[in-house]
Amino acid sequence: MQPGKGQPVITFDAVSKQYPNGTTAVDNLSLEFPDGGITVLVGTSGCGKSTTLRMINRMVEPTAGTVSLDGKDISTVNAPELRRGIGYVIQHAGLFPHRTVLDNVATVPLLLGWSKKKARARAGELMELVGLPANYAKRYPYQLSGGQQQRVGVARALGADPPVLLMDEPFSAVDPVVRADLQAEFLRLQKELHKTIVFVTHDIDEAIKLGDKVAVFRTGGKLVQYDTPENLLAAPADEFVAGFIGHDRGIRRLSFVDAAALPLHDGPVLPDSAPVSKARAADGPWVLVTDAARKPLGWANVTALPQDGTLADATLTPLGHTFNLATDSARAALDAALLSPSGLAVGVDEEGAVAGVTDAAAITNGSSGGDSQ
Amino acid sequence: MTMITTAGEPLVRWYWIGDHLGELAHYTGIHLRLALLPVLFGLIISIPLGMLCHRFRWLYPPTLTAANVLYAVPSLALFMIFVRYTGLTEQTVMIPLTLYTLSVLVPNVVDGLASVPDPVRQAATAMGFGTVRRVVQVELPIAVPVVMAGVRVAAVSSISLVAVGQLIGQGGLGFYITRGLQLDFPTPIITATVLIVLLALATDAVLVLAQRLLTPWARTKGAKS
Repeated sequence: MQPGKGQPVITFDAVSKQYPNGTTAVDNLSLEFPDGGITVLVGTSGCGKSTTLRMINRMVEPTAGTVSLDGKDISTVNAPELRRGIGYVIQHAGLFPHRTVLDNVATVPLLLGWSKKKARARAGELMELVGLPANYAKRYPYQLSGGQQQRVGVARALGADPPVLLMDEPFSAVDPVVRADLQAEFLRLQKELHKTIVFVTHDIDEAIKLGDKVAVFRTGGKLVQYDTPENLLAAPADEFVAGFIGHDRGIRRLSFVDAAALPLHDGPVLPDSAPVSKARAADGPWVLVTDAARKPLGWANVTALPQDGTLADATLTPLGHTFNLATDSARAALDAALLSPSGLAVGVDEEGAVAGVTDAAAITNGSSGGDSQ
Repeated sequence: MTMITTAGEPLVRWYWIGDHLGELAHYTGIHLRLALLPVLFGLIISIPLGMLCHRFRWLYPPTLTAANVLYAVPSLALFMIFVRYTGLTEQTVMIPLTLYTLSVLVPNVVDGLASVPDPVRQAATAMGFGTVRRVVQVELPIAVPVVMAGVRVAAVSSISLVAVGQLIGQGGLGFYITRGLQLDFPTPIITATVLIVLLALATDAVLVLAQRLLTPWARTKGAKS
């Protein structure tokens, strides 16, 4: 995740939204959204997170306070013009069923008065950017899966290359596998585009995964905590936030520690060409067997080795999984340690060769010491 | 009753049809004009009226009641009222037929606009469509399948109703029905009736085809996004 330049792009100054029936959707909110970062608004339903989002493009007007974009009070800007400069993605994509995928994506450029040809060329680029095959251009939304529709929704929101993107539970209506795909794709896109993104979700896991900063709301439109995901997990502001995050925040925090920072040791590692006698000499009941290229094959139990021969003849217990030093987090390493029959997690380099091993205690100690802050 | 035919007279004398082909075609053209122009006028009235009813919900119940009351007034009575102003002309037939279409078309325009999914309407607003542009470019096109269902009903019922206009001498193919009754000769009656039914079927088929061409995006059923 790439934190942006940091200066505020969107500012809420003492903003409230009260409905005529007396309910308060947002209560005296002051908040700054940093440039080029993903800010996630999270909370239970009815906490005012969507209302907050919709005040940024004037879909909802505040009853008190000021919302500014780049220092300019947005209530002084013509609403349709303001909206053409702000991308918007919603839960069910809200694609225009009567327009082809290409024309859906070309919507905002056409509204801005681009020529049809130029708008469609731009739409073609955007389809490629979000990973939609070019032959989908002529299809209608009903011919797409939910995940594909949501990609079109994202492409459409990026139509006029707006600096700000508002996303209201965009990935909530798709199944978990597709959601994980879309989230990964979304983070990849953001690395490329550096938009200022405000993202609403009720899913704290999604908030922690995607957010550079997370704002936790409580029912009644109160902002409870506004912090980085790491700090949110390390130091929840109160019982409400702690409860909302759940009772595994210690483990989840490990997601923010790179596996490369973990202390590794060589461990009992032998190639499968080694004689069994050499494995017996190792201290401890388990030996990690690798191939000639040091790629791990499995664990050999020292007490169950054949009489003689090489380790290639030994029965191996599967590894569970390894962790990649370059791409995984300490959380993956801890999981690998918990699943490993020897209690040792196997770290591999980019080629998949064993770099070293570590255990659960070393992972948790190493993580709390060498914090990612 | 004069309908009861003279003994020995066959239901259809085919030579009569052969002798009157040109005339039949002429009256078929008139019949279509008298029946379908009212549907077009009805649509021109119903679209803005339906949009208003959609926007201001309180307007819908009284509008629908008014349209239904109009529909309940016998066509003969309406002809007699309009004859005073427009005489024995085609207008006198087409005005009541136009009013009749409203009881079908107005609710279908309202339902069609209501069929626009809420996320679609919101997305359009958030993309920066102004109200007018949103209605014209997004909401009305999405309402087309439901509106067309109403147009089909209105067209078929209008085609069948035109014949009554013969009471003031403007009934399209209805001409042959009164003529047959006067002459106690069933052939023109049956020919005209069959032609009217065929016209209704053909018109409906053309409308179905037109809708398919207009809304390729709604080709599959149950494809709501």
